[in-house]
Amino acid sequence: MAQLSYREAVSRGIAQEMARDERVMLIGEDIGGAGGVFKTTAGLFEQFGRTRVVDTPISEQAILGAAMGAAMTGLRPIAEIMFSDFFAVCWDIVVNEIAKMRYMTNGQVKMPLVIKSGNGGSLRMGAQHSQSIENWAMAVPGLKVVTPSTPLDVVGLMAAAVRSDDPVLFFEHKGLYASKGEVPDGEIVDELGKAAIRRPGKDATVLALGLMVGRALGAAEELAREGIDVEVIDVRSLVPLDTQTLLTSISRTGRLFTVEENPRLLGWGAEIASIAADECFWDLDMPIRRITTPHIPLPSADSLEDAVLPSVDRIVQDVRKGVSL
Amino acid sequence: MSATRAEHEYGAHPMVLPPDASAAQDGLDVAPAVRLDLYRRLEELRQFEKRAYDLFMQQLVKGTSHLSLGMEAISAGFGAAMRKDDYTFATYRGHAHTLSRGVGMAPVLAELLGRANGLMGGKGGSMHLTSVEHGVLGSYAIIGAHLCVANGAAWSAQVRRSGQVTVCFFGDGTTNIGAFHEALNYAAVYSLPVVFVCENNLYMEYTSIADITAVPSPAADRAAAYGLPAIKIDGNDVDVVYRTAGDALELARSGGGPSLIEAVTYRHGGHSRADPGKYRPAGEVEAWMAYDPLTVHRARLIRLGVAESELDGIRADVARAVDEATEEAKNGRLPDVESAFTDVWADGGSQWRN
Ligand SMILES: Cc1ncc(C[n+]2csc(CCOP(=O)(O)OP(=O)(O)O)c2C)c(N)n1
Ligand SMILES: [Mg+2]
Repeated sequence: MAQLSYREAVSRGIAQEMARDERVMLIGEDIGGAGGVFKTTAGLFEQFGRTRVVDTPISEQAILGAAMGAAMTGLRPIAEIMFSDFFAVCWDIVVNEIAKMRYMTNGQVKMPLVIKSGNGGSLRMGAQHSQSIENWAMAVPGLKVVTPSTPLDVVGLMAAAVRSDDPVLFFEHKGLYASKGEVPDGEIVDELGKAAIRRPGKDATVLALGLMVGRALGAAEELAREGIDVEVIDVRSLVPLDTQTLLTSISRTGRLFTVEENPRLLGWGAEIASIAADECFWDLDMPIRRITTPHIPLPSADSLEDAVLPSVDRIVQDVRKGVSL
Repeated sequence: MSATRAEHEYGAHPMVLPPDASAAQDGLDVAPAVRLDLYRRLEELRQFEKRAYDLFMQQLVKGTSHLSLGMEAISAGFGAAMRKDDYTFATYRGHAHTLSRGVGMAPVLAELLGRANGLMGGKGGSMHLTSVEHGVLGSYAIIGAHLCVANGAAWSAQVRRSGQVTVCFFGDGTTNIGAFHEALNYAAVYSLPVVFVCENNLYMEYTSIADITAVPSPAADRAAAYGLPAIKIDGNDVDVVYRTAGDALELARSGGGPSLIEAVTYRHGGHSRADPGKYRPAGEVEAWMAYDPLTVHRARLIRLGVAESELDGIRADVARAVDEATEEAKNGRLPDVESAFTDVWADGGSQWRN
């Protein structure tokens, strides 16, 4: 058992899979010799060499195209898109090519690839280096979408993503890279499509992802002091979605809150809210409430960014208000 | 031809005429049997595309289709030169490239007709023809992307030391999108076994390539930027294409890295569907119709002593095969609606939740 940082867990997970399967390759900008801009691939170049850990030009389309073509022909690449905001310059390859190839060819190809990417805000990097884009990805049939919130989940979900024969977008929360957690020794393999109940509770269900999981737990602590018992669920995997775990909890507590870092419109919580409205409406004791970043680009100043990202305080207030209805 | 910006009326750009240098190439070292095989391929691609056009005009082929009529020498030449396990990446204008790797006419026609016996069961259509078992790793309909994907297949072949070469076809218009430049640099940097083939038919959709490109030869003039030699060939002379393909494939297979080939050609028809191609200057179409790959190759074979009756025999065989394929395709049933819900995921299904 070791204390690992979230960023160390990324390279631990990749190393585990690269050591197990020589078809697993890693490509991206500055990921090799430099160990990654966020140091999430440190040590892999030294361990696996330049054939398997490939430093690329600043060519996001070429990087993802290479990953796709290789995945179609027998390799199992992991590609890094440094900041998830940069998906916008290669979204064609993701959405039109990677996501649809298997379907359009009537199952002639598999697409075993992982695209890992630094996602999310709280680091004062402004509107082009802070976005949470899971909802872009989940809008596209053919993509699997995960966001781990703990070092242990990073390792296990990375392994599950690499072993999946479908393309997986693996969102690492940049605001969590320095966070630490226990990670047992030995092989760790998790499962895509499983949510995790981080704190059981009976009064309200709060769904969160990535950095927001910690904030939801912080809010739950405060609310507990007021006698409000909140269940916090880390959604972890948006596609596939563990609706069973989510709906069971929502039906039991009768109250659903989502805590989403994405801007308001069509955030991931909107889809879950719609499913809950469809399938457990009569179990709900109050309207579903989504706690999101407002529908604005993220500002860079720390005071402004803090004011607009969902905070512990905002979650506390919204849940308190909802429960008192 | 150096107009970087159109200073003329739309459609009144300077004509580009065909080379008509084919007689000078009669001495090329291409075996007689190969020359005949190339003729058969040209006939197949030509007659297939004509049939596809007819079926489109009969409204049996829905949506859109982009034909290679007039451009067949490129797919025929490469198809003949490639190894069985080499990879092809084509565009929406991909019928000919798919057939030239040995894919049957019937499944391709059936795919155009949206039938269950189509190459992809009716889920891809004319623009996405793919047959992995024939090395056809796809036809791609978003300009530029597949050059990047082709690199990936080449990378994989390089890692697996399989000796496979990837050939990626695209149009002149595609040289102006960013992905072209990303892909060429990427291929050169890693010395990937990939051959990029620009089918320069002088037009993007409805605009002359010369009007909107900074250099006269859209691919060849860019090669130097990636440390590659400029290769510009007569794309209507199938022997020239065959020999050029052979050299580039050999280079890539022996670890010599990528090539960029610009094959100059012309489409007989419009860009897609029933586009009459009216934006082309008077005289240009006629000149290229006369310098047609089939005419060029047939004339050469006759000059070299092949009996016309033998060539007519091939033509008739192919006509019969196209008729049979048409019947087979038309007789296909419509796909089951359930098939719309298969193969989103590797488990065969489309479930996104439990
Ligand atoms: C990114 C993108 N932009 C525009 C189009 C629409 N489009 C389809 S074909 C085409 C012309 C391409 O010209 P060229 O590369 O010369 O190929 P050709 O059709 O002549 O074979 C265009 C603009 C597209 N499919 N993808
Ligand atoms: Mg063109």
